[in-house]
Amino acid sequence: MSIHSEVDLLRKIPLFANIDTAKLKLLAFTSERLAFPAGAILFREGERGDSAYLILSGQVDVAVNSPNGPVSVASIKEHNIVGEMALLGDMPRTATISATEPVEALKIKKDQFFQMLRDLPQMTLEIMRELAVRLNNANKELSAAHARLRDAGLK
Amino acid sequence: MSAHQTLYQYIWKHSRREQLTILVIALLAQPFYFMTLSLPKMIINGPIQGKGFDEPGATQRFLQIVFDMPDWLVGKWVMFEGYALERLPYLLALSLSFLALAGFNGFLKFLVNTMKGRLGERLLRRLRFELIDRVLRFPPNHVRRVKQSEIASMVKDEVEPLGGFTGDAIVWPVFLAGQALTAMVFIVVQNFWLGFVSGSIVVVQALVIPRLRKPILKLGKLRQLQARELAGRVGEIVDGNADIRIQGTSNWERAEIVGRLARIFEIRFELYQRKYFVKSLNNFIAQLTPFIFYAAGGYFVIAGQLDVGQLVAVIIAYKDLPGPIKELIDWDLQRQDVEIKYNQVMDQFHPEGMTEPDAHVLPPEAHESLDTIDLKSVTVADDAGFLLLENIDTQIPLNQSVAAVGPSGGGKEAFGQIFTRQFPLKDGSIRAGGGEFFALHETVVGKQIAYAGAEAYFFPTGIKENILYGLRTSTQSVTSEGKTGQKRQLREMLRTGNPTFDATADWIDYQAIGAHGAKDVLDRIIDALSFVGLENDVYQFGLQSRLDAKANKQVAQRIVDARLALHEQLEHAELNTLIERFDPASFNRNASIAENILFGASSDPVFMPQNLGRLAHFQRVVAEEGLEKLLVGMGRSIAETMIELFAELPADHPFFDEYGFIPSSELPRFQQITKRAKSGNMTYDDRASLSALPLSYVDARHRLGLITPEIRERLLAARRTFAETIPPDLKSKISFYDEGTYNDSASILDNILLGRVSYGAAQAQERVNVLIREILDKLDVRDLIIEAGLNFNCGAAGKRLSTAQRQKLSLARALIKEPKLLIVNGALANLDDEQKTQIVQRVLNHRKSRATLWILTKDDLASLFDRTLLFEQGRLKSDTVRQPVRAMAV
Repeated sequence: MSIHSEVDLLRKIPLFANIDTAKLKLLAFTSERLAFPAGAILFREGERGDSAYLILSGQVDVAVNSPNGPVSVASIKEHNIVGEMALLGDMPRTATISATEPVEALKIKKDQFFQMLRDLPQMTLEIMRELAVRLNNANKELSAAHARLRDAGLK
Repeated sequence: MSAHQTLYQYIWKHSRREQLTILVIALLAQPFYFMTLSLPKMIINGPIQGKGFDEPGATQRFLQIVFDMPDWLVGKWVMFEGYALERLPYLLALSLSFLALAGFNGFLKFLVNTMKGRLGERLLRRLRFELIDRVLRFPPNHVRRVKQSEIASMVKDEVEPLGGFTGDAIVWPVFLAGQALTAMVFIVVQNFWLGFVSGSIVVVQALVIPRLRKPILKLGKLRQLQARELAGRVGEIVDGNADIRIQGTSNWERAEIVGRLARIFEIRFELYQRKYFVKSLNNFIAQLTPFIFYAAGGYFVIAGQLDVGQLVAVIIAYKDLPGPIKELIDWDLQRQDVEIKYNQVMDQFHPEGMTEPDAHVLPPEAHESLDTIDLKSVTVADDAGFLLLENIDTQIPLNQSVAAVGPSGGGKEAFGQIFTRQFPLKDGSIRAGGGEFFALHETVVGKQIAYAGAEAYFFPTGIKENILYGLRTSTQSVTSEGKTGQKRQLREMLRTGNPTFDATADWIDYQAIGAHGAKDVLDRIIDALSFVGLENDVYQFGLQSRLDAKANKQVAQRIVDARLALHEQLEHAELNTLIERFDPASFNRNASIAENILFGASSDPVFMPQNLGRLAHFQRVVAEEGLEKLLVGMGRSIAETMIELFAELPADHPFFDEYGFIPSSELPRFQQITKRAKSGNMTYDDRASLSALPLSYVDARHRLGLITPEIRERLLAARRTFAETIPPDLKSKISFYDEGTYNDSASILDNILLGRVSYGAAQAQERVNVLIREILDKLDVRDLIIEAGLNFNCGAAGKRLSTAQRQKLSLARALIKEPKLLIVNGALANLDDEQKTQIVQRVLNHRKSRATLWILTKDDLASLFDRTLLFEQGRLKSDTVRQPVRAMAV
């Protein structure tokens, strides 16, 4: 597996769609490529976050701790980035990520991630766009949840 | 400063007999010397010029011994008639006598010189030992003032000339004066006036030269001081290196040193000017005499008042006169120089308040036992006279644990320090073991009281030696039975006033800690390490260390067993991606190309990836296997990728350090090289630069996809050729990997792995660590690894250890002595609260019913102790003994 194939994989990630190949190569070259067997944990909720992961292949489960134990809240497919929130917000991990099938990921260290944000303004914009989309989705879900609660007569 | 002996008193006291022996030999040599002087005259006047051989067949008596006594006594007394010889045999006999005498004189000289050398070395040995012995007896406040490198410079360099001089101190002037006098007398006997002239010139020399030399000596003294201070400053620059750099003041240090060097240069230059002026003057005066001989003596010969033989004899005798005189003057200069040096050094080694001179001789009460330490109105002040403790009255029975608490600087720290005996009491008294605590012998206190402070000194030896250091109290002496060499050694020790201690013997006092032999001691060390929480650190040192497999065959075998067990585990599906083994038949993606070709470990830097390209054998292998094109091709890919990736990054970007095969400064050069590569006109240097790049390429890490199956086979072939054709001198420097044997050149950890932890596997390093630990515990190899870790060298003053590790080691060193009283004073200052609590609990638990005095940084641990002393403002505010009920609860 060489960085050339990684660059091809990265290209499929919406976040990097508009970034030129040389920059993607740099990202691939300077990050660590890791293989997680099914069931392996990428990181746990509450840990200090030191890196973000780009899922190159496979699928991961997102779980948060609740009073009733961990609850799976989402599933993230290949070509997505996980763990960047802890880096950007300088906060502990907000969820536990585990591999539901064998996963290949690029591990991007915190320093490297910020260095890339500084070096690659397009990527920063892409991440902002992505976060805005997530925020929008979250807002929609929140208002939908509100609506459901109201319909159920709880509010 | 108390008075010391003068140099001559010292020399006379310690080498009188040898000096006299040499003197007697030197004096006995004088008549023979006189004979060698008079023989040439006899030869020239007699057989050569024919005096006494006027008629053919005339003979002269050879070896005739005649005493010419005054007539009123016996008159002419012929003791031996001698042999009658004709002219030619007589010439031959005299010439042979001359040769024999010259040989005999040479032999005596050899004898005297050897004896002098030995004598000087003996005195030097005695003096050096005395100086170091004095350092060991210095009062503590003096030690805090002196600079170690100045002391070292004095003991090593400044006393050195004394050794050379001692042999010459008495014998040489006597010998030279004898020679000069002999020559003088001879000249006077030949011709009174010529003798008188040369005598007066000698007197002028003897009066003028020493006067001119006074300023030279003064300069010499100054130079000695400057050189010593320079040594002191060099020591400071080394010791304070980190601080100098942190403060950014290295240029100030440079300026300071430049200033010093300039002063030394000036002093030396002036010294040379004066010295060589005096030398030329001296030479000139010496040449005045022959001038007179040639002019006046020649006149007398021409006038017939002096025969030629006489003049030649005078000139020959004179040839031997300036030598001794000049040397005598030189000797006197050396004497004054050495005397100044000696006095300078001795002044530094005679401070007031040293311990008794025979402190290294163990007194009979050395085994006396302490039971209670009784402090009566103890007052302690620091060097500046500031009161640290006032009027402390208390008793410490040596069977309870005591916590000293209170505000920092309130006196608890000073209370702990009292027991080091490094700070004299200002007032009051401390009694222990039926005597004055401060008067107890060092060994008595050292054996029964152990002290762990915040600032412990460690020797640049292994951790083990440092832990056991406090147990080196069982005095071992050289015995006269034993090897033959030892007898001689012992004789010299006694002759030079050295103690007869034997540093090659085992000084560990096993009895004191109730241990039997080395294995027992190792267990104690491991216990002590686990009490202070240092066990894991030492285990890690052990894993990183190299093992001498030849000396530890069994250990090496068990590590190979651990490797095999690990590799067996790797067969399991979920582990096989963690480590890529070094398999002779396959390419290792997690190792660099250099490592793949070498396929072995070495501690020699010539095998490092960045140097490998310059190794002749490697170049041969590359040529033989036709790898050059391949390496250049890979190098070109790497260079092109690096240029593509990094060209736009700023030169100080951290990626260059972390990922760059090419440093940012080299990037433009490689840009040129790749341009030339495209147009197909690379130079030899271009190819060399490119072919060096892939050597540190690790396929799994860098993922440039350079290793095709074909290249893999070619590199494996190169690996085989490299090993098969390696020349013997290189072969001894590298150990090739082999599954079944221990690799001497690799660390223990690398030996267990015999492979590389995979780059691509998630959390591989952590999982491998756990795996290794499990296997080592199962195979019972853990203690062996710790034992290897105990050889970790602590570095100068323990600098290779972290502060926390040093503090823990200091406590472990105190603990292992199993002392009657253990004092811990700030030894855990750099640890977090949790570790501190655990260590206090473990230590107290281990030391039940023995005394422990712990100066606590935080008061909350006091509840763990039998008794608590509260210090505030230098006074003992309260003394609480814990209720026995609570004591049961712990």
